[in-house]
Amino acid sequence: MTNNILKQKHLLFLKKYPKEDIELILNTAFKFREVLDRPIKKVPSLQGVTIVNLFFENSTRTRISFELAQKRLSADTVNFSASSSSLKKGESFKDTVQNIMSMKIDAVVMRHPAPGSPKHLTEFIDAVVVNAGDGAHEHPTQAILDMMSLKEKFGYLKGLKVGIVGDILHSRVARSNIYGLINMGAEVMVCGPPNLIPRNIKDLGVDVKYDLDELIEWADALNILRIQKERMGQPLIPSTREYRSSFGITLDRLRNHKKEITIMHPGPMNRGVEIDSRVADSEQAIILDQVLNGVASRMSILYCLCGGYSNEMEQNER
Amino acid sequence: MKWNKMNVKKHINHILLKNGLIIDPFNQKSFEGSVLVKNGRIAGVGDFETSRSDDVFEIDCNNKIITHGFCDLHVHFRDPGEDDKEDLESGARSALAGGFTRVCLMPNTKPPIDSPELINFITQKAKQLPIHIHPIGAVTKYQEGKLLTEMNLMYKEGAVAFSDDGLPIQNGGVMRAALEYSSFLNVPVINHAEDECIRANGLVNEGIVSTHLGLEGNPDIAESVMVQRDLELAEYTGATLHVPHVTSKKAIDHIKRMKSQYSRITAEVTPHHLFFNDEDLMDYDTNLKVAPPIRSEEDRIALISGVKDSIIDCIATDHAPHRLEEKETTFDIASCGMIGLESCFGAVNKVLCVDNNTKIEKVIDSLTLNPRKIMGFNADLFSLDTTAEIIILDAKKKWKFSLKDIQSKSENSPFIGKQLIGKVLYTISKNFLATI
Repeated sequence: MTNNILKQKHLLFLKKYPKEDIELILNTAFKFREVLDRPIKKVPSLQGVTIVNLFFENSTRTRISFELAQKRLSADTVNFSASSSSLKKGESFKDTVQNIMSMKIDAVVMRHPAPGSPKHLTEFIDAVVVNAGDGAHEHPTQAILDMMSLKEKFGYLKGLKVGIVGDILHSRVARSNIYGLINMGAEVMVCGPPNLIPRNIKDLGVDVKYDLDELIEWADALNILRIQKERMGQPLIPSTREYRSSFGITLDRLRNHKKEITIMHPGPMNRGVEIDSRVADSEQAIILDQVLNGVASRMSILYCLCGGYSNEMEQNER
Repeated sequence: MKWNKMNVKKHINHILLKNGLIIDPFNQKSFEGSVLVKNGRIAGVGDFETSRSDDVFEIDCNNKIITHGFCDLHVHFRDPGEDDKEDLESGARSALAGGFTRVCLMPNTKPPIDSPELINFITQKAKQLPIHIHPIGAVTKYQEGKLLTEMNLMYKEGAVAFSDDGLPIQNGGVMRAALEYSSFLNVPVINHAEDECIRANGLVNEGIVSTHLGLEGNPDIAESVMVQRDLELAEYTGATLHVPHVTSKKAIDHIKRMKSQYSRITAEVTPHHLFFNDEDLMDYDTNLKVAPPIRSEEDRIALISGVKDSIIDCIATDHAPHRLEEKETTFDIASCGMIGLESCFGAVNKVLCVDNNTKIEKVIDSLTLNPRKIMGFNADLFSLDTTAEIIILDAKKKWKFSLKDIQSKSENSPFIGKQLIGKVLYTISKNFLATI
């Protein structure tokens, strides 16, 4: 039996997610971050818990991050991957999942191209579901690791000014970050070409700027997003050159501002498009810290959902 | 899987509907009285002498409404080709359960109804069924939006209107040709009004809900620009145009404006666009995935006013049965449409009469008189010797719609579990009596 210490059984989205639980996940994540800095990076917290990673959409970072998090927690893991197109041809999503679940699985980490699919999953399985990205809807664990990285860098989230730049329309990272950050008291501004920003974005509690330089002046940190051409029905930006000139984070652009702004990117990066190599590799970028914090965040999330607070953590600390 | 087959009696010699409120849409009159049906024909309305005999089947209509059977201009019975979802017989049963005695079938079957032979297939097959079933023929061959079908030959076989159903006629030249050509037949052309290029891959109404859900948006202007195009083409060609399932305030405004200058335009609305708004989709309920999509609360209010102000002429269900597995899947690939015949009156009566103070007569007009007028069907259904198309309603009855109320072969209804107000109790159609 797994033991959940959070208010909700699953982590499906950060929209209206309880603030105390975000805090609990973040605090626990920092403790696991300490574990990752030890020579032996493994704890027995999820021994005997079986987790399946269902990846219906390609992923490198998120998948390895979850797998490592599970191994560090001593969980038993199984991996499944399929392109959604092969699923459309034959067995249904429901049958595929039910077959796997009938082998006694405690938790599912799922990435799927269809928005809402993790919610759909909870309707016919009993296991704990963690959303590892559902289409353009949400990517809650990414937002948790982004918040963790911001907290690590600045020490606080309340009042922090975060700019999100790029393809907001097709970004699950943007949605989860907006919900999470605003809930934690941060201020969020989005910036990008008007046709890549949802018409009603202000209703989510964020402001819009189309001038990147103004955003840089305003923000403490920038989260840079990739242009998701694969989710566009038709091309929505005229050219890379054009995009780069208006919304690219170039070294020249940053040099014009007399401040050291923190740069984040959820990956995968398209160097030379939304971000310059020299910026991505600079001191002010915390992109690789995000990746490491991703493992700690996912350990925390799985632990909070499936492990519960035993005395283990305290014993380990002693 | 449960199957509650509704009781449908055949060949009852005399049915006496005793002491109800008779609402006669054709003569725009309401009065207390009884109705006698003899061998499937009207034999008395109001006060009349009845000879006491044993074979009179009496129904006490005290506190009930006796009125015309409903007429639905927009249903899908999936026959031929997908009779596991529905066929003419199960569709007819579903119609009876909702008080419908007359329906028009959309042509998007497999194959599509695009030839006089296929029109004939439907009319022949429908003859023995308890309700009146009329085929709508495709506007273009294979519903491809290119070559016009043999409209006059189809008309002679019984086609009552022409439509490519869910496939909008995107090419304005083809739409003009269809309207112009069909104008000598005096039957409406019905075009699913959505500009496919503006709709793109939109799955839900574009707005705050699509932003929250991460689903691609289908903006209201995808509908309104196409409605405006069709209205202008209809006026220009002098043709008859019926706009199906209007969903947006913008489209209502266009129809209102054109109605003031050109009369051969009619419009319909579905019960689900009157009942739900896009906030109801926040849980990704695939039963609410319909085309065109459920829109905002502002649009819903405009649709309600549209019925009240007669901008919208009639209510049509767009009854669209689907297999369980087509709905029990992720939202992006789920099929569009819901069944709607059984839940129609309870839903529209609740929204229009109970929640929004519309007169019951107005709602009944939009389900009986107006759709029949649009198609040129006889609408004087209480005159003596007319083939019976009568229903008995309890407009006050509160009930929860559930699986057992469904007579369709399919179950894809978002109304399941919803509280409805107003229920059809009996449907008399031809010489059949359905007890619901």
